[in-house]
Amino acid sequence: MNTLDYLVLLGTLVGITAYGVWRTRGRRDLKSYLKGTGNNSWLVIGLSVMATQASAITFLSTPGQGYEGGLGFVQNYFGAPVALIVISVVFLPIYRRLDVYTVYEYLGQRFDRKTRLLSAALFLIQRGLGAGITIYAPAIVLSTVMGWRLDFTIIGTGLLAVIYTVSGGSDAVSVTQKYQIGMIFAGMLAAGWVLVAQLPANVSLTDALTVANHFHRLDAVDYSPDLHRRYTFWSGLLGGGFLALSYFGTDQSQTGRYIHGGSLRESRLGLMFNAVFKIPMQFLILLLGVLMFVFYQYETPPVFFNETAWKQQAASGKDGAQLHALQADFNAAHAEERQELSTWLAARRSGDLPAADVARDLALAAESRAQSARDETKNLIRRTDAKLGNDADYIFITFILRHLPHGIIGLLVAAFFAAAISSKAGELTALGSTTTVDLYRHIVRQDLPDAHYLVASRWFTAMWGVVAIAFALFAQLTENLIQASNILGSVFYPVVLGVFLTAFFLRWVGGTAVFWAAITAQLAVYVLYRTLTISYLWYNLIGCVLCMALAVAVQLVLSRETSSSLS
Amino acid sequence: MSFHDHPTSPSPATGLPGFATWRSVYLVVLGFLALWVVLLTLLPRLFP
Repeated sequence: MNTLDYLVLLGTLVGITAYGVWRTRGRRDLKSYLKGTGNNSWLVIGLSVMATQASAITFLSTPGQGYEGGLGFVQNYFGAPVALIVISVVFLPIYRRLDVYTVYEYLGQRFDRKTRLLSAALFLIQRGLGAGITIYAPAIVLSTVMGWRLDFTIIGTGLLAVIYTVSGGSDAVSVTQKYQIGMIFAGMLAAGWVLVAQLPANVSLTDALTVANHFHRLDAVDYSPDLHRRYTFWSGLLGGGFLALSYFGTDQSQTGRYIHGGSLRESRLGLMFNAVFKIPMQFLILLLGVLMFVFYQYETPPVFFNETAWKQQAASGKDGAQLHALQADFNAAHAEERQELSTWLAARRSGDLPAADVARDLALAAESRAQSARDETKNLIRRTDAKLGNDADYIFITFILRHLPHGIIGLLVAAFFAAAISSKAGELTALGSTTTVDLYRHIVRQDLPDAHYLVASRWFTAMWGVVAIAFALFAQLTENLIQASNILGSVFYPVVLGVFLTAFFLRWVGGTAVFWAAITAQLAVYVLYRTLTISYLWYNLIGCVLCMALAVAVQLVLSRETSSSLS
Repeated sequence: MSFHDHPTSPSPATGLPGFATWRSVYLVVLGFLALWVVLLTLLPRLFP
């Protein structure tokens, strides 16, 4: 990064933070601080929902997923449109009619205090940790690549979000998110444009996609019923659908973005905006990774994309000689692959199909050897330090720094930070409002003036900012970052969703039954997660159904006991 | 006004406010989903 990049980066981040503070100056009452002014249009709501969900992890890690595994990850989102329709039909009208600050208030009205507190507590644990991942994700990658100090990067990112969220509350999040998401889209489009423009002159976009297809990067939909496969049509539609239902429908960081919209119509349209654009957005980000894979068939990529870690281990570790040997193998295989790909495309153009087939098979064999060298390198690095073994999160940033022009580099790095900050701001305002409304005002200090709760809310928002920063400082993540985020959600979300679905659809089930069912189901999901090897998406379905089934069973037992004691 | 005086038949989804009005919007959204699934399934065949 040069001076221009740093100017773009700092100007953008400080500008958006200052704008958020300025636009929402003078928020003096609790309602407008926690709920906003309530006149947001569907576009603001839709973009706010999108920006809260799509954090820096989405834009930094997803292209790496596309590079490594192709388009298959898009199946994760197949259930989202269905889930958003269910929320629009069932959840949203109830939340709006009761005019609640948080969705856990509804559970208090429908069931009892303990169920409300349990759900709020599960949300606070899950989202509090999630907020840490939200800032850890870009910080670990960008600090490693740029040579910045990790702790300073985490603290700086976290503080920017804390400043305007504490200052302006819910509206500050909404008004800044529309600019942040605009900047993110501009950055991603610029990256895609430059990527396609930098393909060799004799390789068209159609050629690039053909190459990607023969390397299995366009295999987007897998209809296999195998539960152990991480991403299939079924796990995406059912598991992903339940994940989306719980995330968009019961997580206050999302519900807070749309239930206080200008009207029911505006809120619904905001949700439908996401239902229509979520899959195409994820597809395009993954496609960027797929095209990056093709681009790197004609440019030599590093054998391991976290080059800082590779260099450190190659220089100091006992495996240095082996790492260098693997790099040589990788480069040789890659050079052969590039040569065979050119031969293959030329033979296809001239209509010499037998020669094309031979060249393609040789290219695939060379790719297989290159991939083996890459896998061995990962294993060697993982053996020394497990959390460094996955370099997928470094693929896109490596491409950006090596191949994009200055100015656009600054824009994209700013976009990553903007995504982290906008997502964290949405989470912080939800954590602050849930702590204030569901715990503090409900249990600790009741019936005080709103001015008191406004001050408390600001303090709680700041406190969660500090907790998230502290968690990010001590985080040790070995999974690809976007998967770690989804796994965390899949373990905690389903039970909360089960409680909400019981509330909506099983009217005869009471608070005590659902409370004990939720605790048992949460423990069961955790044990299953630790013991089974099925795709994590399935826990969303299992946890939810288990919670509802247990609630019904406990309610039947309780009803029988009540009727026998009466008789 | 009696039940039979309603100018249009009542929504079959009683208790789901606005469902009848929004039904076409939801169908369009589901149509987009189906379109994407079909397109993504066929994508490898488009670049043989």
